[in-house]
Amino acid sequence: MLKALKLEPEKCTGCLQCEMACSYENTGAFNPAKSRIKVFTFHEEGRFAPYTCTQCDEAWCMHSCPVEAIVVDMATGAKNVLEDVCVGCKVCTIACPFGTVNYEADSGKVIKCDLCGGDPWCAKACPTGAITYVDANETGMERMRAWAQQAPDTAPPRTNPPREKPINVYLSGQGGV
Amino acid sequence: MKHVIVGAGPAGVVAAEHLRKYDPQSEVLLLSGEPEPPYSRMAIPYYLIDQIEEKGTHLRKQQDHFRNSGIEVKTSAWVESVDAQGRRLNLKGGEQIGYDRLLLATGSRPVIPPIPGMDRDGVHTCWTLQDARGIVERAKPGAHVVLIGAGFIGCIILESLALRKTELTVVEQQNRMVPRMMDDTAGGLIKRWCESKGVSVHTSTKVEAVEAGNGEHPLSVKLDHGAHVPADLVIVAVGVQSNTEFLDGTGVKTVQGVLVDRHLQSSVRGIYAAGDVAQGLDFSTGEFSVHAVQPTAADHGRIAASNMAGRTQEFRGSVNMNVLDTLGLISSSFGLWMGVEGGDSVELHEPERFRYLNLQFQDDLLVGASALGLTEHVGVIRGLIQSKVRLRGWKQKLMDDPTRLMEAYLARTQAIGHNAPVLA
Ligand SMILES: Cc1cc2nc3c(=O)[nH]c(=O)nc-3n(C[C@H](O)[C@H](O)[C@H](O)COP(=O)(O)OP(=O)(O)OC[C@H]3O[C@@H](n4cnc5c(N)ncnc54)[C@H](O)[C@@H]3O)c2cc1C
Repeated sequence: MLKALKLEPEKCTGCLQCEMACSYENTGAFNPAKSRIKVFTFHEEGRFAPYTCTQCDEAWCMHSCPVEAIVVDMATGAKNVLEDVCVGCKVCTIACPFGTVNYEADSGKVIKCDLCGGDPWCAKACPTGAITYVDANETGMERMRAWAQQAPDTAPPRTNPPREKPINVYLSGQGGV
Repeated sequence: MKHVIVGAGPAGVVAAEHLRKYDPQSEVLLLSGEPEPPYSRMAIPYYLIDQIEEKGTHLRKQQDHFRNSGIEVKTSAWVESVDAQGRRLNLKGGEQIGYDRLLLATGSRPVIPPIPGMDRDGVHTCWTLQDARGIVERAKPGAHVVLIGAGFIGCIILESLALRKTELTVVEQQNRMVPRMMDDTAGGLIKRWCESKGVSVHTSTKVEAVEAGNGEHPLSVKLDHGAHVPADLVIVAVGVQSNTEFLDGTGVKTVQGVLVDRHLQSSVRGIYAAGDVAQGLDFSTGEFSVHAVQPTAADHGRIAASNMAGRTQEFRGSVNMNVLDTLGLISSSFGLWMGVEGGDSVELHEPERFRYLNLQFQDDLLVGASALGLTEHVGVIRGLIQSKVRLRGWKQKLMDDPTRLMEAYLARTQAIGHNAPVLA
């Protein structure tokens, strides 16, 4: 059974332990700037949202790569960047519609979440259970594909009134701002 | 069922692999007019700076990948014409190949401008591996190189040439660099940045001729304001055009490229097109355009294959987008970055830090953006545009601080928390 990161923003207190753990695991130093998971802050509401790659099926990053530097880890389903193959062209960073592949100027390569090979440190470090690593179909949310399906597909955007997304608003209980 | 694909760039290769997956019983033949195994043009800049070897540009690095996946590859197989009635390809050399379904993935080629001297020795395009080998020969450290054209492809090559430590002069006839990707402000910043790195940039300047040089350098590039720039190598990158000539007489409708419907099928049943050769739906305008970039080639290839295999899938249109690194200054643009009538926009401009971000809205939808020096989470711009997320109150927040794109996306969607199963 494949597992997935379950992110529950309503449980996040913004402590950034996940960013610390991620950067330490991946770079050997506590440096949130190098973390593959990011906590976004909503000052107005005093809310936080941890966010990282969902290892989506469409794998836009992987398909846009000109040199096959992004591959599927068959054990975890993660899309992994092969650092020695990546040429740093950045096409994947614009192809990923979730904004979760980032270019890192120091190394000249891109970085993204690789689920730590099946033992994600962000989840282990989270003190409030906002990040857990659970069976993929227990994440209790619509498949990511909901994103892809919401785009109107019959007429061009400028002649088609935009539609409301059929899925829940992200910050539940907050009216979605 | 025999599927034949003409062209072994990313569009052709992605299509071949998906055909294999969707239609395992069929025969899949991939033809390339070039002598090389399938490869990726966009890896060429990295070959030019020795970051990868030639084989690093090859598409599918595993030995025998194509044979093992049951895809027959034929190189040096140049298609001269198509007999659409008889469903046959006529190859250079006389060979004929029959097909049931045909995918045109012949890409595009660089335009050669009508300037005297384009046929001189030392004037190159930078498009194929063969071109790249010639450039490596000539673009030695200290060599004088003139690059004609500072569009997207020109600017990518610019970086490679500068990193090869050549004495580089760039000539662009429009008033700014990357004119089809960036506005005056951002284009101006890119120019200033490149100049600060030692590249000589002439905008609003035309090349009148490439003449014989005298003495040290074999070539001399004559500019319209009278100057002559000595050169050992001239590289031409003024634009591309789709490779459609071999379709004359087939009834396949072409304008800029092969016009394809939402299934990527051409006007002739059974003939599909994908990638740089295809003029497909533009997500942002609803019109049909050639988007000659890698992500579109991959998307087209996948969807064309699905339809060829009888699994109907509609293409929703490509968002025009580019990302460019000019000697460390990273720029990107998405969709209707120049804005729409009746829309509004917000701009963040910090020239001393070479930072720029311009967002374009229509009502409360993000429809386009361009950015300089922004690399964190840039992809979410595509997400916001293509998912047509209504921004509501977040539009004003973005007007106040346009960098909060990711927060806007998160607040307005619920795109988190799942992990996809392994690709089948
Ligand atoms: C130097 C360079 C840098 C680039 N950088 C980027 C970048 O950073 N980002 C980006 O998005 N895009 C970039 N591109 C553009 C990108 O490479 C193209 O959009 C992409 O290659 C298009 O893929 P394609 O499969 O449609 O066509 P191509 O890759 O052009 O492949 C076409 C294939 O068709 C074959 N062919 C053509 N005519 C015939 C015929 N008559 N018979 C048989 N075979 C034929 C060719 O030999 C080739 O195999 C770059 C291109 C170049 C040249």
